[in-house]
Amino acid sequence: MIADRIANGFSPFVIPFLLGMAFVIGYCIVGMVRIFLQLPGEDRKKFLVSLITPATIWKNVRDLFLDCLFHVKLWKRKALLGYMHSSIAFGWFMLIVLGHIEVALFLPHRLKTFYYPIFFNYFVAEEGRTLKGSVFFFLMDFFLLVVLSGIILAMIKRIRSRWFGMRRTTKLTAVDTIGLYSLWLIFPLRLLAEGFTAHISGGSFLTMPVNWVVQHVFSSPGFFDNNLHMLPTWWAYSIDLAVFMCVLPFSRYMHIPAEMMLIPLRNAGLKIRNARKGFAKAEVYSCPSCGVCIDACPMTVKKANVNYSTVYLNRQIRRGNEEKIEEIADKCLMCGKCSTVCQIGVQGPELRVAQRAVRKYAVPGDFSSVNTVPLTLSAGQGTGNVAYFAGCMTALTPGISRGVESLLKKSGVDYKFLDRDGGLCCGRPMLLAGRLKEANQIMAKNREIILSSGCDTLLVSCPICYKVFKENYDLEAAGVKVVHHSVYFESLASSGKLRIEHDLLNLVFHDPCELGRGSGIYEQPRNLLALAGNLVGAAQEKQMSICCGGSLGSLTLNFQQREDLTRNALKNLCADVPDIIVTACPLCRSTLRRYADRPVLDIAEVVDRFAVTGGLERSA
Amino acid sequence: MIDFGFQKAKSSTVNLDNVDMRLYYALAEKEPDIKRCMECGSCTAACTSGPFNGMSLRQVIHGLQRGTDVRQMVSGCMLCGKCSMVCPRGINTRHLLLTISRIYTK
Ligand code: SF4
Ligand code: SF4
Ligand code: SF4
Ligand code: SF4
Repeated sequence: MIADRIANGFSPFVIPFLLGMAFVIGYCIVGMVRIFLQLPGEDRKKFLVSLITPATIWKNVRDLFLDCLFHVKLWKRKALLGYMHSSIAFGWFMLIVLGHIEVALFLPHRLKTFYYPIFFNYFVAEEGRTLKGSVFFFLMDFFLLVVLSGIILAMIKRIRSRWFGMRRTTKLTAVDTIGLYSLWLIFPLRLLAEGFTAHISGGSFLTMPVNWVVQHVFSSPGFFDNNLHMLPTWWAYSIDLAVFMCVLPFSRYMHIPAEMMLIPLRNAGLKIRNARKGFAKAEVYSCPSCGVCIDACPMTVKKANVNYSTVYLNRQIRRGNEEKIEEIADKCLMCGKCSTVCQIGVQGPELRVAQRAVRKYAVPGDFSSVNTVPLTLSAGQGTGNVAYFAGCMTALTPGISRGVESLLKKSGVDYKFLDRDGGLCCGRPMLLAGRLKEANQIMAKNREIILSSGCDTLLVSCPICYKVFKENYDLEAAGVKVVHHSVYFESLASSGKLRIEHDLLNLVFHDPCELGRGSGIYEQPRNLLALAGNLVGAAQEKQMSICCGGSLGSLTLNFQQREDLTRNALKNLCADVPDIIVTACPLCRSTLRRYADRPVLDIAEVVDRFAVTGGLERSA
Repeated sequence: MIDFGFQKAKSSTVNLDNVDMRLYYALAEKEPDIKRCMECGSCTAACTSGPFNGMSLRQVIHGLQRGTDVRQMVSGCMLCGKCSMVCPRGINTRHLLLTISRIYTK
C-alpha cells in the first residue's frame, strides 16, 4: 500500500510552487475577466449563450483536446513538429491528471492540498510490494519519458529547425528565454527528484535506475540514514516550477491559458472588432510564437520583412509598441496565408484591418458628388439576367473582358455589361485600408447600380470585387447570385453550353489570394483549365499559393520591394515548366506579367482561345 | 496700339515667392516618393474616380507644389490602386494619397 511518509503532509519546499501557482492563476483570472469585459455587449451575450449550448460545449471540449493537447494541425503539417508539441503538452497534462488520480485513490484525505499531486513521490512511502501502485508508477514514468522526448526534440529544433519543416524560427525575447530554459529544466529535475526518493515511494523503469545510480554515487556511510539528502532536488524542482509560472504571463507561454479562453470565444462566433481588446487580445496572447507564419508569409522572401510577419505583430501588440504596430499593420499584403497555416487561427489580416481602422484622416473620403444616374440608367437597359461587372482593375487589362464577352457570346448567354464605359471601385481596397465609412459610401452606390440592372446573376472578373460583393453587399438577399467567371464558365462547360477543344499546352494555375484563400475557390478554375490544356502543378498551390505581390492590401510595400515578391511567386509557378501561366484576376495578371518570362493570361482569355463557337445546345 | 487682331495672353508665370510650400515640404519629408513624380498624367488617365468626380492625382501633386488646396480632390479617391499600376516612376501612389489625407491639420 501507499501511505503518508510525512505525518503532517507538508514540507517547506512546496512554498515556491504554491506562490507561483497563486500568481499565475490570479493573473489569468484577472486577464480573462478583462477580456470578457472588453467585449461589446452583444458579443458578451453571444459568448455566454454559447457556453450553455450543447453543440458549442461539445465543440469547445473537442477543440481543447485536439488543439491544445494533441496539436492536430501541427501533426498534419509535419509529424515531427506535431509530436514535439503534443508530447510536451499531452504528457504534462497526463502527469497532472494521473497525479490527481493517485492522490484520490491512495490518500483521498490529501486531495485538498494543492501540491500533493505534483510532489506525490516525496510525500509517500510504499509499504510492502503490492501491485496496486505499480501501474501508476509505470504510467507516471512513461509520460515523463514522453515529455522528456519532446524536450529533447525542442532542443534539437533550436539548432536544426529544418528537420521540423521550418526554415526560420522566431527570435526569442529575454523573458521567453528564461521561460524556455525553466520549462526544459522542469522535467529532468522532476526525474532527478523522483529518482532520489524512488526507493521509498516506489518507481518504475525511469525513476528506479536513477535511484540505483544515486544510491551508488552517494554511497558514503551515513548518507542515507536520514532522508535529508532528498530535499535539494525537490527544492530545485519546486523553484523551477515557480520560475516558470512567474515568467509565464510575460512570455510566449501565456498561450497555454490564453488558448483555453480563445477556443470558446471563437466557437461562440465572435469577430475582431478592435485590434487590442477582447477577442483580438485573446488571439494575440494565444500565439506561442511558433514561427510557422514566418516561412508562410510571402513578404519574407526579403529578409528585412521577417519582422512584419504576424508573429511579430502579436509580439508588438503585447508590448504596446505603437510605432511598430502601425508599421507592421500597413505592410501586410492581406494574402491570408499566415491565418491558413496558423495552428491557433490568429487572423493576421483581420487584426491589421482593425488596427488600420482606428487611424484618423483629416480629409475624409467623400463620394457624394459621384453621379450614378447615367450608370443606373444604362444598367437598366437591355435584356438578359446576367450582368457582367468587369471591375475597375480589368479596365487596365481589357483582354480579360474581351475574353469573357466572347465566351458569353459563344455560349449564347444574353448579358449586359455594367461597366463597359467605366464604373466605380468595388470598395474593398478602401475596406482593407480600414476606412469603413468611405467604403460604405462606395458600396452603397455600387449596390444601387447593380440592383437597377434587374439581373439575377452578377458575373465578375475580379476576385477582389467577388469577395466584397459576396460578403459585404448583401446581394444574395436581394436575389442576385454573385459568381466569378472561372466558376461560371466551368458550369457552362460541364452543362455542355460551352465546348472547349483540348490542346497540348502545359498550363499552370495561379490562385489569386481573394479567390483561393479568400473565397475557397480552387477546383472549378482547374477543372475548366484541364479542358483546354494539360494542367501542371506549382511548387506551392491552392491553400499554400503565394501572393503575386501586387496586392492592394499592402499600403506601404513599394514598387521595388514588390518586385522580389513577384519574382518569387513566378519561380514557384514555373516549377513544372508551364507554357502559359494562367490566373483569374486582373491584378495578378498585370503584376505577374511585369517580370514573367512566359505568357501570363487570364483564364477567360485562355479558354476563349480553345472554345468552339456554338456549344452543344446551339448546335442541337 | 495697333490692333493685330489678337491679344497678349494673361501671364502664366508662376511666382514661387508667393507660393506657400510648407505643406509640400512636410509631405516630401514623409513621402519622398512625391519628388519622383514627373507629372506625366498616367495616373489621371487610369483613374477610376476621375470620370465621376474629377479626381486627378497629377493635379493633386501639382496643386501641392503650387500651394493650392487639394483637399476636395483628394477626398474623391477610392484607393483602387490603378494609378500605382501605371505610374512609370513606380510611386506608391495610394500611400501618398493616404498621407496627404492625414497631413492636413483640419
Ligand atoms: S501567429 Fe500562428 S503561426 Fe504565427 S507564430 Fe503565432 S501561432 Fe505560430
Ligand atoms: S496576410 Fe500574407 S502578407 Fe500578411 S502577414 Fe499574413 S502571410 Fe504575410
Ligand atoms: S503616373 Fe506617377 S509620375 Fe505620372 S503623374 Fe502620376 S504620380 Fe506622377
Ligand atoms: S487609387 Fe485613387 S487616384 Fe489612384 S486611380 Fe484609384 S481612384 Fe484614382
